[in-house]
Formats: sequence, C-alpha cells, structure tokens
Amino acid sequence: MNPSRKRTVRLVVALTTAVVLASALIYTSFSAASPALTPTQLLREAQPGRSYQLTGTVAKGSVHREGAVLDFSVEDRAGGAAVALAYTGIVPDPFHEGREVIVTVEKQGDRYVGERNSLITKCPSKYKTAPSSENQNA
Amino acid sequence: MSGFGFTCLLLALAVCAYGIGASLYGVRSGRMEYADSGRRSVYALAGILSVAVLVLEIAFLRSDFAFNTVADTSSRTTPGLYKAAAIWSSQEGSLLVWAWLMSLWSTLALFLTRKHIRDVAAYATAIMLGFGAFFVFLMVVYANPFATTNPAPAEGVGLDPLLRFPTMMIHPPMLYSGYTLCTIPLAFGMGALLARRVDADWIRAIRRFALAAWMFLGAGILLGALWSYSELGWGGYWGWDAVENAALLPWLTGTAFLHSLMIQEKRGMLKVWNVSLALATGTLAIMGTFLVRSGVLNSIHAFGGQTLGVPFVILIAALISGSIYLVVSRREMLRTEHRLDSLLSREAMFLLNNIVLVGLVFVILWGTYFPLISEAITGQEASVGPPWFDRYTVPLALVLVLLSGIGPVITWRRATLANARRNFLVPLACALFVLVVLVLGGVDSKPLALAMFCCAAFALGSAGQEFFRGARARRAMAGEAPPLALVALVRRNRRRYGGYVVHIGMAVLFIGVAASSSFQHANELSLSPGQSARVGSYDVHYVRPTATITPKYDQAHTGSTLSLGAVLNVTKSGRHVATLEPSEGFYSSGEASQGTVGNLIGGQPVSHIGMDVGLTRNVWTAIQPDIETGPLKRIVTVGNKTLPPEDGIIGIAYLARAYLKHPPPAQFNLIVSPLVMWIWVGGLIVFGGALIAIWPAPSVVRRRVAARSRARALHGLARA
Repeated sequence: MNPSRKRTVRLVVALTTAVVLASALIYTSFSAASPALTPTQLLREAQPGRSYQLTGTVAKGSVHREGAVLDFSVEDRAGGAAVALAYTGIVPDPFHEGREVIVTVEKQGDRYVGERNSLITKCPSKYKTAPSSENQNA
Repeated sequence: MSGFGFTCLLLALAVCAYGIGASLYGVRSGRMEYADSGRRSVYALAGILSVAVLVLEIAFLRSDFAFNTVADTSSRTTPGLYKAAAIWSSQEGSLLVWAWLMSLWSTLALFLTRKHIRDVAAYATAIMLGFGAFFVFLMVVYANPFATTNPAPAEGVGLDPLLRFPTMMIHPPMLYSGYTLCTIPLAFGMGALLARRVDADWIRAIRRFALAAWMFLGAGILLGALWSYSELGWGGYWGWDAVENAALLPWLTGTAFLHSLMIQEKRGMLKVWNVSLALATGTLAIMGTFLVRSGVLNSIHAFGGQTLGVPFVILIAALISGSIYLVVSRREMLRTEHRLDSLLSREAMFLLNNIVLVGLVFVILWGTYFPLISEAITGQEASVGPPWFDRYTVPLALVLVLLSGIGPVITWRRATLANARRNFLVPLACALFVLVVLVLGGVDSKPLALAMFCCAAFALGSAGQEFFRGARARRAMAGEAPPLALVALVRRNRRRYGGYVVHIGMAVLFIGVAASSSFQHANELSLSPGQSARVGSYDVHYVRPTATITPKYDQAHTGSTLSLGAVLNVTKSGRHVATLEPSEGFYSSGEASQGTVGNLIGGQPVSHIGMDVGLTRNVWTAIQPDIETGPLKRIVTVGNKTLPPEDGIIGIAYLARAYLKHPPPAQFNLIVSPLVMWIWVGGLIVFGGALIAIWPAPSVVRRRVAARSRARALHGLARA
C-alpha cells in the first residue's frame, strides 16, 4: 500500500472510531441522565420507580430527624408547592432551612424517598450570602 | 478611599485602551517603539491594579464596612488572616484579583520576551490588554469592588464559615494564577498566527508559562479537593461538580499541550494541534471563570449574581470564532515538517496521550454542559451524575497512567524490539510483581483499582529506571557518589527529569485515588455517649461530649460562637489507635429576627473534622449535634424571650452546659479511607517536579549572566 493511501485508511479508521465512541457517549448521557425538576414539576410529572433531581429550597420548619432518617420538604424557589421527602445518608454542612438544595428522589407509592448520599447544597456561596431575591444561586 | 480605588479602575481601563492601540499600531506600521510603549502599558496596568488591590485589602483589614464588599464578606469577629483572604470571596473582589494576577503574569511574560519575537509579543500584548480591559470593564459597569453604602453598617456579615480553612487562603489565588497564566499561551499563540510566525519560537517563549499555568491550576484543584475532604463534612474530595470540572478542563488541555509542544520543538510536527491546544486552554480557562459567575449551571460553587453571563458569552464566542478563523486561514503555514515514522515511537505515544486527554476533555465538557444541551434538544433539563463520569474517565485515566510509563522509555522516530526489551523489562516486572502480590494478598475484588495499581507500578518502574540509568552513567563519567550523581543529573536536565518527577507524583496520586475510592468503609449513624460503632476494622467509641463557647475559645480558630463535639476513642482489635475530637461550629448570623440567643448560633454551622492521618489509611470522623429538638431548643426559645441582646451569650453558656450534662444522640459520619494521604503526597511530588522543570538550567543562567556582563562591558566601552 502506498504511503498516501495508508494515511487515508488510518484517517478513516481514526475518524470512524471517534464517531462511534462519541455516539456511545452521547447515547449513554441521555439514557443515564436524571431530569431536573422543581417541586411543582415533580408533583405533576413524577412516575413511580424513576429517579429525578429535585431542586428547590428547604422549607422553613420542615426539618426533623428520626434516627438515621432526615425528613424535610423542598419547596419552589418562589414558594408555593412543596415536596416532603425522607432522606438517609450524608448531610452536607451547608444544609439549612431556606438553603437551596439538589437531591435525587424517587416516588415510592405516594411518598418521595431521597437517594442515599445524593443530597447536595448549593454553596452558601462560594462566597457571599446573596440577597434573598437572588437566593437561588447562593 | 473608595473614590481613589474606582479612579484606579478608570485609569486601568484607559491604560488598556492606549496599550492595545499602541501595540497594534506599532506592529502594523513597523514602528516598534509604539509596540514597546504598548508593552509598558501592561507594566503600568499591573502597577495600577496593585494599588487598587492594596486599597481594598486595607479596607478589609480595617473592617471598613462602608465598602459593600467588606460588609458582605467580613466582620469584626472574622479572624485576621481570614479577613485578609476575604478579598477574593466576593464576586467583585475576585474579579479584581483575577485582573491583577493576569496583569502581573503578563508583565513577567512580556518582560522576559522583550528582546525576542517582538512582532508576536506586540500582538500578544494587545490580546492580554484586551483581557485586562474586559475584566476592568466588568468591574466598572457591573461589579464595582469599591461601591459603598452611606451610612456604613456597624458590623459586616462575616466571611462564610466554610471558607475559614487554611487552604482556602491559597486555593483561590492558585486557581486564579492558573487561569490567568493560561491566557499567556493563548495570547502568544494568537500573536504567532497574526504575525505569521508559526515556528517553535513562540512555543519556546511561553513553555515555562504554560507549565506554570498547569502547575498552579493543578495545585488549586488539589487544594480545593483537600478543602472539600477536610471541611465540607462529607469526607469526599471530588464530586464532578460543574465548577470543579471547569478547572479540570484547561488543566487537561494544558497537559496535552505540554507534551505535544515537545514534538514541535524536536521534529516540527503537530503545529496545528499545538496552536489549537494553546487557544483551547486559554478559552477553557475563560469558560471556567465564566461558569462560576454566570449561574447557567447548577453548581455548589456559583456566585450570587447572574449579570455577568452575557459579557462572558460574547468574549467566549469571540475567542472561539477568532481562533477558528486564524487556524483555518493560516493552515498552509502550519503544515507539518515531518511525518510520523512509526506508531511505535515516542511521538506516537505523545500523540496517543494527547488523544486520550482530548477524549477526557470531551467527556467532561459534555457531562458538565449536559443540562444545557439536554434542555436545548429535549426541552427538559437533565444532568448526569458521578457514575456516568466514572464510566468514561476511569478507563481513560488508566490508559494515561500507562502511557506516562511508556513515553519516557520508548525511543523517538521508531522503536525496535531490542529497544523494547531493554527499556520495558523493568517496568513490566514492577507491574507484574504488584499484580502477583495484590492477587495473593486478596486485593482482587476491584479489577479497575487493581489495573490502576499495576499501571502506576509500571509508570513508577519506568521513571525509576530512567533515574537509575542516568545516575549510573554520571557515576561512570564523573565518579560521583550516587546521591550527588542523582542531584547533578536532575540539575543538568531539569526539564526532562522534572517531567519524570511529575510522572512519579501522578502515579502516586492515582494510587491514592484508586485505593481510597475503591476500598473505603463508611458508616453514618446516631450515637449517644457510651455507645460504639464499627467502621471497617476499627471500633469507634463515643466517650463524652465537648463544648466551647465564644469565638475567643474556638479551638479551630475560625470565630465560632459555640462549638459542640465529642471525644471518640478509636481502637483496632482492642488496641488504642487514636483519640479524635470532631465538633461542629455554630456561628453568629447577625439576624436580630432569630432572637437574642438564636442569632448567635443561627449562621452557617460547619464541621470541624476529627481525623487520624496515617500512611496506610485515614480515620475520618464528623459530628452533627442535634440542637433543634428537646431541652436544647427550649433553652434557645426561653433565652430569646428573656435575655437582653447584650446577655445573649449567657443563653449560649446554658446551652453548652445542658449539652454537656444531658447530651442528646448525635449524628456521626465515620470513614476509613485507605492510602488517601498519598493523593496529597502525590500532588506535592507533582508540584515539586513542575518547579524543577520550570527552574532555568544552570547553563542557561550562566549564559544570561555572561550576556549581561558582555552587554555592560560594551555599554561602558561605548560611553568611554
């Protein structure tokens, strides 16, 4: 095989491999992704047995601990709908009433259960405490 | 003072505008005195921004709450060192620090290149000043660090307690130094394309800066991981958070660039690839800066404001389109001078290493921005979690570590069977030995971790062999003692052996990551004094509660009003291992609505970890005392109703006493992580290796000194 043809074959093989790998990556990202929903959306759309990323703020007065289970409600950033859930696992330091959180939840019967160790709190901010109107990014 | 600070910003903007104009006019017209004037504008910018930083720093140290930035991120009770570091904890202050560091690094780069590639440097000057103008413009229009409130509040909000951790004093400057240094290869790469000088000169001029960017960015990432592990109360060091990923991306392209530029220097190959990597690294650094400030992605790290998104998007779009235009329009000049002779050569291994690194970048970039991609395609925001990232990054990391062992020992151009036998025997024997020992030792339940240990052993064997052979050759030539021969070897070829030290550090770091993530034992449970729990092969016994009050007696020196914790006795097979004292600090919120007692502890609670650090494992403990229920909550409620504001601390004292006398069950998080310390040790080795590679070789220094002496002598003669 002459060098030019050899280079072309190599290029085609390399590009084909790259396209196949990229397609696999893109396909798996869509199949493995959890939809991110607000409490209002979750209450409307949740199907039992499927995981969702619930984002919102921890409702005031909703945090209670029963042994290893932490019960709390997540409400829409602007207030309104709230989802009560039972969570077990690591609770990050910044977790607090009124704090923005992201937690992976699953609907089991008519209640919501947080996936173990999936609770993350948005930073108290990297840095500064945001004004209440901007709390969603704090 | 605030007016003076803002004037500095306006002056800086004017200097940037003048410098851009002078540099471009100078290089386009051939009147290089204007280009020199443009270069000096960068020095002036560094001076002006240094004064601006000084003004703001003084305001922080004096607790001048008339400055909004100071009032929002500092307070009188914030410990002194953290007051000094609070400057980069606000949106406004961090923009100022970013622009300041960029001006300092640009000054250094332009000073060192003032006598070479002057046409390239002139364009680079204009680009660097363009970045400076952009950041100063943001401060002037959107986020003024010198904005004030009149009358000034009596007390500030205080630095977020989570940031009161020693490494947080240096993590942001390291990261910002890395980001800003990444713009130097970008500026010179664009300058080379604009000046149509695409030989290896521009690469030689900025190689050290690319390495420094890589080193600082890596150190910043690792310090952030250490902070997460030691401060955030979850015991992890990496969570594939969007902002973490944003810092990792330019580091990965920078790693690829540092390897592939050697091929251009040695063989005149990969010119398009190298300039593209330099441009991509700089653009990704700006994207990382943007991600923290835009609010476009959910991250635990995002800043509050969202107003900076649009200007950043415009800048990034300009960088991407400008880069593509320049590379495409100069493609004829960027043709390679040689072709790859063989797939079994060092060039091919470097190329493979580059492909793997760029593959990693694609995976992480896709996963990080997937919420935006998903929303654009399906109309539904969705995100991928750590398991998705791990699925792709772990195999790619394995290949990278393996290649870091192959690269140093395979020959340039074409490897032969004899070469392979001579160079690969020792590394392969090391990998095989580790495999046998671990399988016989029963550590074969996690195949990916086992593969990583073997790849790391291969890389360590390969680097060790290079040091051994080099030192042996020196001994044979100069008759030096082994340690002396080793030091002399490294001194004479810092770049090569510094690189090998970096490879050793990365192998050690990955051993720590593989062991701590695959063989970790964790237990989260509620314990009362006298109770015990088991985690891995360790027993943890809750001996007694602890409590301290007032910031003065805060054991962690972070300024907490109340600190509640526990004394834990850790044993293994009945033998005492360590006594640990994890605690949780409660901080003042300053919000009167929480009551006279409640506001003293109503701020952000922060874990102070109890940890026994060892070479083979860390025992990590955190406690979350429950003060929200039972008698403790009643004390706060009653104190709020009965105590005047000045006596709130009495309520806190009652609370501490009640906690000591009748401690409620507390939530504990207990983790045993094997070899986790080697992540930080590996990081230190990498840092050391990078420093060795950056440091000028003695011969270079001698040449420079001699050149300076000659120049002085000639100058003297001319005057005589």
